[in-house]
Formats: sequence, C-alpha cells, structure tokens
Amino acid sequence: MELDLTDEQRMIQAMAREFAETAIRPIAVEIDREARFPHETVKRMGALGLMGIMVPERWGGSGADTVAYVVAVEEIAKACGSHAVIMSVNNSLYCDPLLTYGTDAQRERFLVPVAAGQANGCFALTESQAGSDARNQATLATRDGDSYVLNGKKQFISTGREASFALVFGQTDRAKAHHGISAFVVEKGAPGFGVSKTEDKLGIRASDTAELVFEDCRVPAASRLGEEGMGFTIAMGTIDGGRIGIAAQAVGLAAGAYERAVAYARERKSFGVPIGQHQMVQWMLADMATAIDGARLLTLRAATLKDAGKPFGVAAAMAKLFAAETAMKATTDAIQVHGGYGYIREYEVERYFRDAKITQIYEGTSQIQKLVIAREVLGRTAGRSA
Amino acid sequence: MPNAFWCFVEDDRQGMPKKVMAEVLGEAARLAGGQPEAVWITDKASDAGLTQLGEWGAGKVWVLENAAFAPYRSEVWVGAAAELAAKESPRAIFGPVTSRQREFVARLAARLGVGLAADCVGFALEGDRLVATRPIYAGKLLAKVAWAKGPCVATLRPNVFRPADAQPGRTAAVERPAVSIPGATMTFVERREEAATGLPELAEAEIVLSGGRGMKAPENYVILEDMARVIGAAVGASRAAVDAGWRPHRFQIGQTGRTISPKLYMGFGVSGAIQHLAGMRTSKIIVAVNKDPEAPIFKIADYGIVADLFEVVPELTREFKRLLEK
Amino acid sequence: MKILVAIKQVPDTATQVKVGADGKAIDTAGITWIVSPYDEYAVEEALRIKEKRGQGEVVAVSLGPDRVKEAIRSCLAMGCDRAIHLNDPAWNDADTLTTAKALAAVIKQEAPQLVLCGRQAIDDDMGAVTAQLAELLGWPCAYWIMEETVDADGKSVRAARQAEGGLEVFDLPLPAILAAQKGLNEPRYPTLKGIMGAKKKEIKDVKAGDLGLGAEPPQLAVIGLEALPPRPPGRVIQGDVPAAVKELVRALREDAKAI
Repeated sequence: MELDLTDEQRMIQAMAREFAETAIRPIAVEIDREARFPHETVKRMGALGLMGIMVPERWGGSGADTVAYVVAVEEIAKACGSHAVIMSVNNSLYCDPLLTYGTDAQRERFLVPVAAGQANGCFALTESQAGSDARNQATLATRDGDSYVLNGKKQFISTGREASFALVFGQTDRAKAHHGISAFVVEKGAPGFGVSKTEDKLGIRASDTAELVFEDCRVPAASRLGEEGMGFTIAMGTIDGGRIGIAAQAVGLAAGAYERAVAYARERKSFGVPIGQHQMVQWMLADMATAIDGARLLTLRAATLKDAGKPFGVAAAMAKLFAAETAMKATTDAIQVHGGYGYIREYEVERYFRDAKITQIYEGTSQIQKLVIAREVLGRTAGRSA
Repeated sequence: MPNAFWCFVEDDRQGMPKKVMAEVLGEAARLAGGQPEAVWITDKASDAGLTQLGEWGAGKVWVLENAAFAPYRSEVWVGAAAELAAKESPRAIFGPVTSRQREFVARLAARLGVGLAADCVGFALEGDRLVATRPIYAGKLLAKVAWAKGPCVATLRPNVFRPADAQPGRTAAVERPAVSIPGATMTFVERREEAATGLPELAEAEIVLSGGRGMKAPENYVILEDMARVIGAAVGASRAAVDAGWRPHRFQIGQTGRTISPKLYMGFGVSGAIQHLAGMRTSKIIVAVNKDPEAPIFKIADYGIVADLFEVVPELTREFKRLLEK
Repeated sequence: MKILVAIKQVPDTATQVKVGADGKAIDTAGITWIVSPYDEYAVEEALRIKEKRGQGEVVAVSLGPDRVKEAIRSCLAMGCDRAIHLNDPAWNDADTLTTAKALAAVIKQEAPQLVLCGRQAIDDDMGAVTAQLAELLGWPCAYWIMEETVDADGKSVRAARQAEGGLEVFDLPLPAILAAQKGLNEPRYPTLKGIMGAKKKEIKDVKAGDLGLGAEPPQLAVIGLEALPPRPPGRVIQGDVPAAVKELVRALREDAKAI
C-alpha cells in the first residue's frame, strides 16, 4: 500500500499551507468575529486553482486528484474552518456533480467560471422538513413548455448568499417520491430567486449559511442537470464526495488545534516546568496525535478509492464520522491544555472548537454516517451468511 | 610589503574612513603581530582621512585615487585592486561588511582564484594557518573555515572586533601606485537618498531598538525613533512587522533581513521567532520588553521587563534622557 | 529574451539546525527544504520580465544533490520554462567559487541575456556567488537590487541597488547579472495548474564532465561547525513600570556598561 504523496500532491500541500499561513491565518479571527465572507482570499484561492481542484483543465479546473484536494482542504482548515468549507462546497458539492452529470454545454456555462474560481457555486438540497431525510423535498419544479417553474425554500445553504450559481433540487413528479426529484442550475439574479436570510451561527461564521427562496422562478429546461428524476441519485452521489471534503476539513481543524496545544505545552510553565512535562497533558496530546492520524488515513483512503474509480461511499462515511468526532474531541482537549486561556477568544483554540461542531452535523450527521456504515456492515454479513 | 594584511577602506564618500575601519585595522594588527596596510580605492582621499588611518595603526596606505572609482562599480575596482595584489602578494585581504565591499571583495576573490569568507566574527592563527569563524544559518551555528591558499580574503562583521585605539601622532606611509583602471560598462543614473532619519545605519549601529508585532501600527514607531535619537540608536523591526507593511524591508532584522551584532539590542513587542533570534543573538546585551511572559525572546535576554511596551518606552526614553543629561 | 535564474535549496527558516555526525556539515534528518527566499524574488522578477515582454524563456539552474529536484520543480511550478540540475559528487564540497565556476560554465552554454540570483542563500550566508559569476563572465553586476527595468529593445537593464542611506541607480548593458533583495517583488504562489504542468517540463541533469570541469578541492573549506555558546542566564526585572525602567537603566549603565 502506497502511503507517500506524489511530488505534485506534496507541492499542492506546501502551497496550500503557505497560503493558509500567510494570507488566511492573519484574518481568521477578524472574519469569525464579524461573520464576514472573505471575498479577497477566496478570489485568490480561485486564481491558485484551489476552487476546482479535481476538474480537468479543459473545464477550467486544475486537473489534480481527490488526494490533492484532501491535503489542500486540510491545510486551509488548519488556519480557518470557514475558508475550508467554502472551498469544500465549491469543489465537492458544485463542481463535482457539474463535471459528472453536466453536458458539455452546461459545463461550459456553469462549470468553467466556478472551477476557475471566478464565481462560486452552492448546493441547495436541504429544506426545513428535509434534512437528514432529504427525500422529503417540498420544493416543486413544474414543467412549463421549455422551462420549469420552481417554488419552495431551501435552508442552511452554505455559501448560498455569495454563490453565483446554485444547484437546486426539486420535485418534478410528486407521485414518484424521491424518484421524482430533479436537479437544476439556477443563476443568481434569476427572477423569483432570492436570499431571504443569513443565519447567525456558532462556528464557521465567515462562511455564509443562507435561506434561498424560489417564487415562480423560471429555469430553462437546458439548465436541468441529468434526466428528470435523477436528482436524488445526483444528490446522494455528490454528498458521498462531499463527505471526503468535510472529513478533510475536520482533520484540519483537529490538527490546527492540536498544533496550538503542542506549542502551548512546550512554552507554558506550571510547577516550574513546561506543562508538556506533565503526564496528564502528554496523554491528551498523544491521544490527539493518534486520532488525527487515524482520521487523516481514513480520509486519504476514501480519496484514493474515489480516484481509482472504486466504490467509496462507506469509506467516505467512515472518514467523515471518525474525523468529525476526532475534531470535536481534539478541539475540546486543545482548550483543556490551554486551561483558562483556551476559553478566551484571543487564544483562538475556542474558534476551532466552535468550527468543529458543524462537522458532526452537515453533509450527514454522525448518526447518519453510522446508518450508512451499519447498512453496509449488515448487508455484507447477510450476504455472506446467505 | 609581501605577506601584509590588507584592509580595504570603507569611507563615507566624503574622504573620511568610516569608524568600522578601526575594527578591521585592529583585528588585522592583532593577527599580523605588526602593522597592517590599508588600501583605499576612492575618488577623493583627504589628508585628514590618511591621518586617521595612520592613527588607527595602518603602517602604510595604498591610495588608488581616481574619479572613475566613484560611484562604486565592482568591475572597475576589481581590476585595479587585483593588479596591485598581484604585485604586492598580501597574505590576507580584509574589508568590513558594507553594501559595496560584500560585492567587491567576493569579486576580487574570484579574480585572484582564492577562497572568500564573508561576514566573519573571529579569526585565529593555528600555527601558520589562518582560521576564520563565521555565523551560518543567520547565526544558528558557527562555521570554522580555512583557505587552501592565500591571500585569505574575508569580510568582517561590524561591532564585533575590538577597534584599534587611535594614537595621535602615529602616521602611515602613503603610497600612490600606478594601476590601470578598467573602463566601466555600467553607467550611473542617479542616487535616491532615503529620507534622513538622523539615526545610524542598522548594520553599523552600536545600539539597535527593534519593534515587533506588539508595535500594533506603523505610526507607533515614532516612540522608538524618539528614544533612538536620545541614545544614538538605529531602529529595526521583526519580519512580522515588515511583512505587515509597517516598516520598509531594509529595517528587517533576522534570517531574511539583516544580521546584526550591536553592543545593545532592545526588542519591544518582539516575540522572538527563531529566524529573528538568529539575526540578533550575537548582540552583546539583549533587553526584551513584552507583555507576554512566555515570549521566546526572554530565553536569550539579559534583561527583561514583562509589561506593555507603550508604558515602558516613554518612561525609558525619559530615564535615558535624564541619565545622559547628567 | 532568455533569462537564467540561479537558485539554491536550503533548510526552511524555522529549522533548528544541528551539527551533524562529521562535525563539518549539518544534520539533515527531518529538515524541510525550501527554495532560498531571496532566490524566489529572483525567480519572480524573471517571470515578470518575461510576462511584461510577452515572450522569452526563463531557465532555472541549481547545484546540489538529488533532493534539489524538489526545489527545481517548485520553480518550474511557479512558471520557469525549464531547468538545469548540476548534480555531481564532484561538487559535494563546493565553495562559492566552485559553484560560481560551474554556473558560469552553464551560462556560457546557455548564453542568456540576463542572470538573476538571490542576494544570498540563507544557509551559508556568503552572498558571493553573484559577484563571482560576474567576475568569471566579465559582466556588469548590481547587488541587492530593489527595482529593475529592462529597456524595450532588450539591450540594457536599469537597476536600483540598495546602499547605505539610499538607492543607487545604474544602467547595465546586457548581458548582466543582478542580485535580488527582499522588497523587489512579492513572489507568487505556484498555481495548481503550474504544479500539475511542472512534471512535463524538462530538467536536464548536468555533470561536471559535461561542462569540461573536473573535481577541484574548494578554495575555502569548512573545518568544523559548532553551536553558539549559550548566553548567560538573564533576569526579568520585577516591579511596576517606573521602578523596573529605573532598575533597567541602572543595570545597563553600571553592570553591563552598555549605555
């Protein structure tokens, strides 16, 4: 089994690290406090090719692979969870389905500008009554001649306010339940498409989370992604890939908090020695290091399977579950290592803790991941015993 | 004289050798066990300057004086210097680390086909062999180096070597050898002066005040400049402050800036990143003022005050003023 | 216009360097290697000259062992068109003059109009190769440049070098060689496209023999490395600010005699 990154992957990792250190870290505190979308750095990430990593150059992207994507997201997340989710949404939840299911005409129009980082895309599946239960779509897309008319509300849409393109899911045939869901690309500024509110959140505060409203919003039939009724398949396939991105974000948050804890343990003294000399602190750091490495390896394995064109859904669920839980535990312990200072905003570890919480929730809660994993485990066992 | 220790003169471009030449001549005299020789390439050598070199212990001054030598161009200086070196066979060729000598001396070594040791902080004679000590990795380590053959070409870091005492009445023999002067291909366009701060050059200053990230904003450097004027110090900055755009790059102290060895270094709001410490840890006395008691700079400081620099600096300036007015 | 940039791979600035087992070189275990920061200014400037002129070629050259390929590739990822790797055990103990001789031989073969170097490599801090190359090639040279402009017909370059108290501006006829100082520009990050494209670019391996050079002992040899002597323990002056400041000034005056 190959555990080394290729030269290209290593260089992408180094570039992302350098960019995160010099351009993102200095503004991370401020954009979190002000809940401000970091337009300037996101634009620079686009120019560097970080917003369309896995898209071939032909379609405006960088032509790299999922492993490169994972190491880049991790480096960005080490400095700022908000930047990492903006990146992950654009790459996994927008570019990926456009590349996989789009026609050449759709790719030209809807993918090239987003993969090249000139515009952002978002993924609008969740509704107030359709979260973990995504099949329960209330948004309607009614065929009317050469177009569809969309009506409904989408909730908790990452980058929803800032995105120029939204991949929107709606019911084209109610009778067929989730087999009647279809996917559409809707452009910002389309009549009847609006942003009704932006949420005030615990973490990832610089990434906007918006409510999108569609009121008699007319979308050309040419903007439908895939066939009618393919929407749910597209959504689920996309989210499998998205989970790899979120797992990488979680690994980065855990690693960022851990690095701060290690630095603090070396410097801070109590009872006359650096606190890192105390066994209690050593145990916490050792547990963090081990779990982070485990989460990272699971994430890289899921990415490697995806790059090899093999089934990766369960591997992605395991990676996301373990990485999210690791992020929560590691960021909690990083605060503990810092003691009272960890609870103070100036020391920044509390931001990692706040940012980490969402990784247990979005793109499938930890409970949903367990469901996916259990289904596979039981299915396999059943298959063997049969 | 064959086997002499040569010291290339750095002057103020107005006909007077710079003070750092006392250090270069002092070290050369110590190694030579006698009088070193000065070589002065200039467009104007003043009598006062020649007297000064004599008082600092130069037994002889080779004066290469020609209008073509200013402004400095390595392509012109090297030809003249190499011709004289070929005739006189010095044992060692020294110069101080300055903007022009770091280039000129390196180029001269290539012309002579000998080794160069730049930015040396110590010399020793091991038997007959000259060994130089020089910081590498911006002072994280020291390297001892030796030459395969002479002349041993080296530049000396300012503020490190004990300067020769000026002895009034001591004079140097002055010789003005005829050398051919190569034509220049570079043409001088203009010199753009920096706004004069009235403060000494960072690399040469005996006292350096340095402001780090704790300075918070570029306008706050005024308080360091006020103090610097009172005690005759230069004002530098950490990489964090330079990268934030608070100070021009030429004021950066550290591995990607200037490496300095002043008699007194005082850091204000400087945390002490490894690459900054590398650039100043050979200072004789280090003072650190930082409100974070865990700042790494305290580990190498001789004196530390854990407090807000904005309270300490004005108080310190007043106290220095009081002291120096006495 | 063809521009050649000489770069060196060095340990990252955050590295705690330690003396290696032989006492003459550093322990390279676990070191993160980077392109020497000043060399990145040189690469960036070369790319900008090419972009501004709309045509030309930027060739990166580096001397060192196999690991140096990584530094070369990051220059290719930044946008250099191709690279030359001077890789031969004959250069293991290279001093600045040996390095300059090897580079000069390559430059004679490549015949670029302009050569850019960093002001110094941040490992041995010698800052000599640019001047020594100028000497071996017989070219004009400007050190520590803060700005440059190549004239429209590519016959000369106007460079501003940093000197004590100001900038000195010169016109240098081409071919010429310049040493980049920090502040000349802000180096770009390699883009992902640049990184992915770098492996398709040529890196030519060159041995000493290919340049008609043999193994010569260095003119300057390292006979030993040592750690800096530890600094004497310091003291934190306690008390409120006015009292602490008074005590500091007293100590600087009377104990340290530094004021």
